[in-house]
Amino acid sequence: MKIHEFQAKDIFKRYDIAVPEGEVAATPEQVREIAERLGGGTVVVKAQIHAGGRGKGGGVKVVHSPEEAYEAGKAILGMNLVTHQTGPEGQTVRRVLVEQGLAIAKELYIGIVVDRATACPVIMASSAGGMDIEEVAAQSPELIVKAAVDPAIGFSAMHARKIVFGLGLDKELIKPVSRVVTGLYTIFTEKNCSLIEINPFVITEDKRCLALDGKINFDDDALYKHPDIKELYDPHEQAPEELEASKHKLNYIKLDGNVGCMVNGAGLAMATMDIVKLVGAEPANFLDVGGGASVEQVENAFRILLSDQKVKAILINIFGGILRCDRVASGIVEAAKKVDLNVPMVIRLEGTNVEEGRRILHGSGLSFEVATTFDDAANKIAQCV
Amino acid sequence: MSILVDKSTRVVVQGITGSEGSFHAKACMEYGTRVVAGVTPGKGGQTFDGAVPVYNRVIDARDKEGANAACIFVPAAFAADAIIEAVDAELDLVVCITEGVPVLDMVRVKKYLSGKKTVLIGPNCPGIISPGKCKIGIMPGRIHTPGPVGLISRSGTLTYEAVNQMSLLGIGQSTCIGIGGDQIVGTSYVDLLQRFNNDAETEAVVIIGEIGGTAEEEAADYIKETMDKPVVGFIAGQTAPPGRRMGHAGAIIAGGKGTAAEKMAAWEQAGIHVQSNPAKIGETVAQVLGKS
Repeated sequence: MKIHEFQAKDIFKRYDIAVPEGEVAATPEQVREIAERLGGGTVVVKAQIHAGGRGKGGGVKVVHSPEEAYEAGKAILGMNLVTHQTGPEGQTVRRVLVEQGLAIAKELYIGIVVDRATACPVIMASSAGGMDIEEVAAQSPELIVKAAVDPAIGFSAMHARKIVFGLGLDKELIKPVSRVVTGLYTIFTEKNCSLIEINPFVITEDKRCLALDGKINFDDDALYKHPDIKELYDPHEQAPEELEASKHKLNYIKLDGNVGCMVNGAGLAMATMDIVKLVGAEPANFLDVGGGASVEQVENAFRILLSDQKVKAILINIFGGILRCDRVASGIVEAAKKVDLNVPMVIRLEGTNVEEGRRILHGSGLSFEVATTFDDAANKIAQCV
Repeated sequence: MSILVDKSTRVVVQGITGSEGSFHAKACMEYGTRVVAGVTPGKGGQTFDGAVPVYNRVIDARDKEGANAACIFVPAAFAADAIIEAVDAELDLVVCITEGVPVLDMVRVKKYLSGKKTVLIGPNCPGIISPGKCKIGIMPGRIHTPGPVGLISRSGTLTYEAVNQMSLLGIGQSTCIGIGGDQIVGTSYVDLLQRFNNDAETEAVVIIGEIGGTAEEEAADYIKETMDKPVVGFIAGQTAPPGRRMGHAGAIIAGGKGTAAEKMAAWEQAGIHVQSNPAKIGETVAQVLGKS
């Protein structure tokens, strides 16, 4: 689960990581009031959406008076912000964070993630922080300092030293930056984060250390341990179809094509998208109905697929393992009768009780194309679009 | 021969009195697996399905019934603890079916496993089957046939698809293992490839990968340097959109690896017979074995 920058900064503050003074606003008037409260000088107005790349997309403005702040708020609030992480459809900005402007002397990057290969949390930092950190990582990996934390021993002061001395920081910065690294690691483990990141972490001209930005992603599987974190969830940040799908325990990701896909299992769902593309069509979505595929689930899956105007045909690919094909077939027939199916549909069932399943489909009186193999299904769907 | 399991494997099912655990314990028994005990803390002394004794602790199942492998169906919040208990009881094999185990729980488990003799398969996996001998997991036993092909996969139903394609072409399997789709899993491709390489009955191996992570690239390195049996590979997610990424830190740690195209290129370089069409995995195996 992702949260907003202002929410991440609230958490930082609780762990003694300093952040710039600021408040959240939902209207341009509020932006002006906050700018006045912050002294009427330079403030930064920052769009609060989950995606990164906000500055490059025009969602961050530095202004020098409450009036300019009002104008910036008016421009950013309600805008459809498109960044490299939002996709072409963009994301509507509902709130902005208004923060005091700072005279920045140095920008660092500090982040923590679990490394799959070593199965350990890894702290990473760079003295080349800022907007182009990904490029830094790709072009000059020697500028990234890393410290892996062995879970048997846990975090020790030496991990912080490994980072801060590795960055070659000035003497007076060693202690404050060590404290930040320690605080971040504590949040990471206490709150079951999958990613925690400060980019940039800044040192001001008057030698203060602050988190100028903040990003925290949480492990969805551990949210049950953290009701306080669960409350930070913002449903506006999810595409409406995806939100609807998650309510019905369907794993759905919208794509750009015209073949709606309904599959059980993530691997088979991806493979189905792959084969649709191989036969010259384009998948409209990824949709994993999981191991259950009840009538309600199939019905809701149909509704979500059909709500996408681009969908010209539907491909159902179910491999019944534990799930019996006859049950899936009855579910599909029942669900199809309840929804207005106005596009052709190809169904491929395989696995336990498949003959009975196919008999139910054929006998339903509905106009399905029934495919026998994975290949056959792909070819039939290609003819439909 | 087969790897990790055979007819003598004695299985304890952790969480046997739950709905998932009892359903699949029965299915494994029907397949012929020797399910010798169940464990549900607090329900020791009961009997499952009229024949299988239930214990409070894994160690009792080992000492009294000679269990040497565990199959775990307990809820996600208790799965890490269940794995640790089975490793503590020094079982040879632990298969964790449970989905949704927190990553930081698995970080601890993975650390505890190092230096221990126990092999962990999963979590979030369909399990392991050696056709005709032993099934520990939730896969449909019916589609499998005994034979010379080993299979390793990160996915569930896509594995069934590949197995089914092979069985329909008359190609049987020595052992099939779903290693699990999570970020951290007990056993990687490399460890299992080694075992298949040393298994006299296995003539070829199928590996099914997915986008994300670097496990496929590590497998490629091993295959290139050591494997002397033919390998057929498929990577799911060739059309998956970029994005859904883990911010900068994810990109940094992956070092740019993780797309299907990169993984397929790495596999081809390692001499793997890479098939880009998921409907033709079986056919490719037949060609490699000279059966078509």
